[in-house]
Amino acid sequence: MILTQNIFEYWTQNTEGWLYVLVLALIAALYLTFFAVAGLLLVLMERRVAGFFQLRLGPNRVGPGGSLQTIADALKLVSKEIFMPKFADKLLYKAGYYFVIIASLLGLSVIPFSAHFQAFDINVGIFFITAVSSVGVLGILIGAWGSRNKYSLIGAMRSGLQMISYELSAGFAVITIVLLAGTLQMSEIVEAQRDTWFIIKGHIPALIAFMIFMISGTAESNRVPFDLVEAEAELGAGFHTEYSGMGFAYFFLAEFENMFIIAALAVTLFFGGWLAPFGITDALPGQVFWGLFWFFLKVLIVIFVFMWFRWTFPRLRIDQLLVLEWKYLLPIGLVNIVLAALIVWQGWLFEPLKWLGL
Amino acid sequence: MERILFYLLAGIAIASAFMTVTTVKIYRAVLYLLFTLLSIAGIYFLMDYDFIGAVQLSVYAGGIMVLFIYTVMLTEKVGESMRKIALFRRLIAGITVLSLMILALIAIWKFDFQVSTSTQPLTVEQVGKSMLSYDKGGFILPFEVISVLLLAVMIAAIVIAKSKIQKTKES
Repeated sequence: MILTQNIFEYWTQNTEGWLYVLVLALIAALYLTFFAVAGLLLVLMERRVAGFFQLRLGPNRVGPGGSLQTIADALKLVSKEIFMPKFADKLLYKAGYYFVIIASLLGLSVIPFSAHFQAFDINVGIFFITAVSSVGVLGILIGAWGSRNKYSLIGAMRSGLQMISYELSAGFAVITIVLLAGTLQMSEIVEAQRDTWFIIKGHIPALIAFMIFMISGTAESNRVPFDLVEAEAELGAGFHTEYSGMGFAYFFLAEFENMFIIAALAVTLFFGGWLAPFGITDALPGQVFWGLFWFFLKVLIVIFVFMWFRWTFPRLRIDQLLVLEWKYLLPIGLVNIVLAALIVWQGWLFEPLKWLGL
Repeated sequence: MERILFYLLAGIAIASAFMTVTTVKIYRAVLYLLFTLLSIAGIYFLMDYDFIGAVQLSVYAGGIMVLFIYTVMLTEKVGESMRKIALFRRLIAGITVLSLMILALIAIWKFDFQVSTSTQPLTVEQVGKSMLSYDKGGFILPFEVISVLLLAVMIAAIVIAKSKIQKTKES
């Protein structure tokens, strides 16, 4: 925790010497570990939530209450044989998952987990995440193309189409909040919500932006009801049909990690990030811990909502998907930005605490 | 440390730029071009130009490369090598590139570069303000011209797409 604390100042002051390199490597290892562990836990959570919605138990044999199930799955995947299609382009096939993983790791690096717990606090943080997530699409396209499989290719084409389309309305939802915050830096966006969370402060435009963000976030992480990319019945497994063992596991982990990033972004933008509701734990010792506690609590709630979507909505057809984006979400998002700008300009913000004089 | 990183990124950029034009598999050429663009983005981040680095990532690596990949997907088959080009043409291309490179190198060596003394990273506020300022050194005119151009392109794309739909309806 202390290592990541002032990495930004570290970067600007002391950039020579092996100690510095070692610290950077340690931080990278920390994030990589988090990436793997969070992915495993999210898979477990997904399966338990699925069981809950279908009135069954879900994994319950390995470890206490089935808690070691995904670790056993990971061991199984590690020990699996890795094979590659004979006519696959080896370079493209292997580059695929590296791109996907690096994109989600870079996205993780700018998310403020708690006060001072952020690896890379640049002044364009939120824009950096959207930029990096567009590189992740390339990994899917390259990997699928490299596999030389028709199902992979169709899955990847759908994935590219979907991600490029929904990136726009996700971006517009983010811009609405940037208008309220007046900054792109993630830590400052959180700090600007110390009095009132943006979903309350920005009332109507913030609520609309939140809904658009949740819909397009689901689409961007390729989850049901937008999982045409890997529609099992028609496409096998979509873009990762030809990947086995860990190759498949990397894509799988990155998908869950993307869901985590979208949820973390939703929490940071709309629900005050790591800030406690009404500042109820601000007086207690161990601020970094409490920040982490509230952040992960909020993120888990948002992730639960994503999983709830999964077992509630039927899958969309590709034309419905595009109509939803281009005919509904995008125009609504554009009007919403104008509305938010008007509200910020006129100062029509909803701040009940300020009005009460607190 | 920064020096090592710079040479690493610059080396990757040059090597993959070279590979882009020498490889015979078009899809690999796209991948190498992507590596070039990514390492240039890395150099921007190294120089603390975060905004330009992120723009490089989202516009070039994210946007343009996806378009490239789709275009290549629609025209070529994977694993297929491109046709061999005649030696004469290769020679001409090589001479052209070499002379252009010499020209660029002379220009770079002639120019007296100033070492930047600012240690503050470029903020988005500065970028936004200079985009919209009409004082000396402001970018309002090119900004507006480009936005009009983009609007024209979008309208043209819609017109082209619509005309095809109407034709199929008539037949």
